[in-house]
Amino acid sequence: MPSDAVRIAVRQDAGTAVVAIAGRIDASADEPLRAAVDGALATTPQRLILDFSAMDYMNSTGIALVVGLLGRARATQTPVGAYGLSPHYQEIFRITRLSDFLPLFDDEAGARAGLAAA
Amino acid sequence: MTLARTIRRVIRRPAAGSVEGRPAAVPTLQPAAPAIPAPAIPAGPTIEGGPSADAGAIEVAAGGTAGETPGTIDITENDPLLGLLQSSVGPVDLEGLSLDSAAVRDLRAAGIKLVVPLISQGELIGTLNLGPRLSEQDYSSDDRRLLESLAAQAAPALRVGQLVKEQEAEARDRQKMEQELQVAQLIQRNFLPRQLPQPEGWRIAAYYRPARAVGGDFYDCFALPDGRLAVVIGDVTDKGVPAALVMAATRSLIRASAQRLMEPGAVLERVNELLCPDMPEKMFVTCFYAALDPADGTLRFANAGHDLPYLRTGQGSAAELRARGMPLGLMPGMRYDEAELAVGPGQVAVLHSDGVAEAHAPDGTMFGFPRLRALVGRLRADEPVVEEVLDELARFTGPGWEQEDDITLVTVERTAETAKTALTASGPAAAPIVRTLLETTIPSQAGNERLTIAQVAEAVADLGLPAARLEDLKTAVGEGTMNAIEHGNGNDPSKPVHVRVSTDGSQLTVEIADVGGDRPVPDPDALPVPDLAAKLEGRQTPRGWGLFLIRSMVDEMAIRAVPGGHAVVMTMRLDGRSSDAQ
Repeated sequence: MPSDAVRIAVRQDAGTAVVAIAGRIDASADEPLRAAVDGALATTPQRLILDFSAMDYMNSTGIALVVGLLGRARATQTPVGAYGLSPHYQEIFRITRLSDFLPLFDDEAGARAGLAAA
Repeated sequence: MTLARTIRRVIRRPAAGSVEGRPAAVPTLQPAAPAIPAPAIPAGPTIEGGPSADAGAIEVAAGGTAGETPGTIDITENDPLLGLLQSSVGPVDLEGLSLDSAAVRDLRAAGIKLVVPLISQGELIGTLNLGPRLSEQDYSSDDRRLLESLAAQAAPALRVGQLVKEQEAEARDRQKMEQELQVAQLIQRNFLPRQLPQPEGWRIAAYYRPARAVGGDFYDCFALPDGRLAVVIGDVTDKGVPAALVMAATRSLIRASAQRLMEPGAVLERVNELLCPDMPEKMFVTCFYAALDPADGTLRFANAGHDLPYLRTGQGSAAELRARGMPLGLMPGMRYDEAELAVGPGQVAVLHSDGVAEAHAPDGTMFGFPRLRALVGRLRADEPVVEEVLDELARFTGPGWEQEDDITLVTVERTAETAKTALTASGPAAAPIVRTLLETTIPSQAGNERLTIAQVAEAVADLGLPAARLEDLKTAVGEGTMNAIEHGNGNDPSKPVHVRVSTDGSQLTVEIADVGGDRPVPDPDALPVPDLAAKLEGRQTPRGWGLFLIRSMVDEMAIRAVPGGHAVVMTMRLDGRSSDAQ
């Protein structure tokens, strides 16, 4: 199970912040993820999109991190969506009911469209 | 200076043995050479170095008989002369002495006129005995002063000499003991098998750790002419070279007898007959001998008074392997009962010596047979018996324990693989055959769960799990391992997490155990279901997903108490039915 440390890239354009999370989301991702998301939220985007397409490992600590960032996004009333999850992690997001609060999309375009409609 | 000239060079020699108390350490000081023929000086001066006064009698050499050791005169412990010499500040004139003393009479009879006590650090360590003055005059006060100052200088020198001799003797004793120890170890090592036979479907292991003094433990395992395997463990009473020699003889007699007789009772009877005539007094040998049929697991055994081996049944208890018989070498004509049992798949016979059960904790409590039996009984299938016993023993005795006796363990384990052939042959009663796919240990460090995930994935690669099920398994294994690392072992890298993967063909079982110690076992059904809404609103910690995830990923999850801690046991069916993800 090759899982490199987390690598996070933030792309921003008018009203949209895309946080791409590659590698593994576990305890080691705490600080970088918090910094990236808080930085993105500080620009008061209209939507925040999480890109998991290069994420290859997430454990329960990672889930807790996503719960945390979701809570902070809700506090600023920023809609958040995600795409790129493998079927396995889609299942985990469904089981944990994360997907009830974090709508999952097929791709970035879908997420942009879906969150705009929200 | 006639006087000085007549005082001879002296040496010390070991005492003749007439002194009570410290026979080996008692020095006696006697003239080295007959410097002057006896007729010229009927009783030449001699210097006597006895034991220190508190040791009891002092031995005194009398006269200067030419060419041989002068006769010795004992000053017994209650002789008044002893007290006089100890308290005297100078030479004691025997002539004017009115003491009821046997020593005084003896000294006078030997022609001694003057006794000069040699005192070192307040202790009487010897005497300077003088006959009549050569000039036939009495000893003058100048003579006495000279003698006194001579004694004052001679005493410490004599004492130093005594100490050196004592230390040399001690060093010789130590060296002799070390050499004996090495010989005993050499014998022992040479008569223990270098390799153990490993019949198909069996795992035979032995552990032997001699105590410093080397007890008489031995074990053996060898093929019998009929295809069975002899497994032997024994213990010779006594330690050191004698025990090692008896051990070597017994082991050879067993090997020779077994080739012809094979049956356990007959072998022990024969060995007993052969040992009895030559056995040193107060020595005997306890010995358990078993003949194992690797094809069907039949273990036939007899026991000559050895500690009862245990059979790990796999049902949480251990059976004793009982058969009556006296130790070997005590008396001829002994009969040895035989008993038999079948070692089933996954079961292990554990042969041991009393070095385990009779080990003591710092507070003096003994490890004891019940503890050993209970431990063997509760070991899980495929848990390494020897390591578990040694771990438990180490915990019991604590650090810095000086091993009291040899420790020997021999395990005869029927592995799961044999079970397959054996049970197929034995028909419908066959229990499921459990095959271990992985047994591993990782240190408790954050992130190590990914190692476990990779190892488990590799171990189950051949089972043909659908990709999605494999992903579920990996997540469950990761969560189980993280729990053990964090909650069980508190992220302490010195604490291991044990992981075992096994399958019986219809389901896959992963067991992940921590060593977090004795604590209440949580009931998985009573665990709170994480409430995401509450977590998002900050009413619940964002964490707490681990067990919930495991439960969701596998078909069954249980938490059990195991030796040293908890184990989470997860099961996944292999029949293709996907888990119902709640």
